Amino acid sequence: MSEVRNEIKYLSSHEWARVEADGTVTVGISDHAQDSLGDVVYVEVPEVGSQVNAGEEAGVVESVKAASDIFSPLTGEVVAVNEALEDEPETVNSSPYDDGWFFKVKPADVSELDAALDADAYREVCEDA
Amino acid sequence: MGNKTALFAEHEAAGGKIVDFGGWDMPINYGSQVEEHHKVRREAGMFDVSHMTIVDVKGAGAKDFLRYLLANDVEKISSVTGKAMYTGMLNEQGGVIDDLIVYNMDGWYRTVVNCATREKDLAWMNEQAAAFEVELSERPELSMLAVQGPEAIAKVAAVLGGNKAEVVNSLSVFQGLEVDGWFIARTGYTGEDGLEIMVPEAAIVQFWKDLVAADVAPCGLGARDTLRLEAGMNLYGSDMDEAILPMAANMSWTIAWAPEDRDFIGRKALEAAKETGVKEKLVGLVMEQKGVLRAHQKVIVPGVEATGEITSGTFSPTLGYSIAMARVPKEIGDTCLVEMRNKQVEVKVIKPSFVRNGKQVF
Repeated sequence: MSEVRNEIKYLSSHEWARVEADGTVTVGISDHAQDSLGDVVYVEVPEVGSQVNAGEEAGVVESVKAASDIFSPLTGEVVAVNEALEDEPETVNSSPYDDGWFFKVKPADVSELDAALDADAYREVCEDA
Repeated sequence: MGNKTALFAEHEAAGGKIVDFGGWDMPINYGSQVEEHHKVRREAGMFDVSHMTIVDVKGAGAKDFLRYLLANDVEKISSVTGKAMYTGMLNEQGGVIDDLIVYNMDGWYRTVVNCATREKDLAWMNEQAAAFEVELSERPELSMLAVQGPEAIAKVAAVLGGNKAEVVNSLSVFQGLEVDGWFIARTGYTGEDGLEIMVPEAAIVQFWKDLVAADVAPCGLGARDTLRLEAGMNLYGSDMDEAILPMAANMSWTIAWAPEDRDFIGRKALEAAKETGVKEKLVGLVMEQKGVLRAHQKVIVPGVEATGEITSGTFSPTLGYSIAMARVPKEIGDTCLVEMRNKQVEVKVIKPSFVRNGKQVF
């Protein structure tokens, strides 16, 4: 079984969002997503300073098997990206919730995340997949 | 639930991720297909290929039958016991019904055809066999394991010992021999040295376990695909099919034109096509920038109206960037454009061969 963490929010398209102590929101893809994709070989993240919009494309993750769009769980400005993924994209496979994060957003309205799935709801999405 | 090979429990025990493959439950990987790929290029890995179809061809008319059925000529392998040959089996229009390996078993022949095409292959072979004195028999009781990589032969010989090890060490490239109910061939689908071994079902699990103990890594269909693509080997159904002539699938070398009086199925159509000229060919594409070439992406050749298409594409673990095979207008030069994700990317065009024996070959 894939790991689903309780303290974070999810999209049905398998991204996760975690509200950090400083008010920024970190975004990545779930353990279920990395397992389905297989070995990740490239990650394309948005540029620092760019604007991302809730539910819209914000990047691409490519595995040996397939290319998949990354959707932003919320609207805001990108304040950091995980540059380590450039050289070690396989980190997304080995550590999807920690070292394999994609980008951090300074949210326009963090309550947008209320509409995202909690862990239980996301577990159901994974079971139906 | 699909068909299961005799090794199914071993795949599960090794953490294999099981997918449907042509009606069979097979492992796509055991964790990381990239790591499995490297293991084969650097040391040794093994693939359960028991789902593939073995058909033995026996009888007084066996040779005549195969000389009619296949585009390549089994006469070429008639002087060496166990010698193997790669060939297409064509329809009357010259299209590829399947690609297969045929072994000269001294008086009879063993063929190995694809699993996804099993039913149509058997129907076609039986239909053509009616005019010859031959018997075709499937060998579903034989499991098959491909052990591949620079250390594969030494490891298999050490695990088997005795008579079988002697046979393993005696084999020349593209030769297979029977020993104690097993059939051991120095063939493969990875571009590395190695063996494809047919084993009575009762012995396969122990053999698998012995190889695991000898540090031969279980490898899934995912690594099998990236390895064969790096080696520039075709995948039936992706790189060619019944509508594609061998010349448009990098298989011209498998057509035995001589002797001129050998009538094989598809010959007339191929001769006519040679006369008028085949407009497409299969090439290799190399993209060193970020991204992965994928099957069915459109290929644009500057100055040529007709377009081409990627037939197989992947990330090459050995090279560290993407490679592909594509069927393209034959006027293509050293570069072309690939349409991917709403943009056009310039890529290098080479002969479809990327990696052999662990090394880049272009």
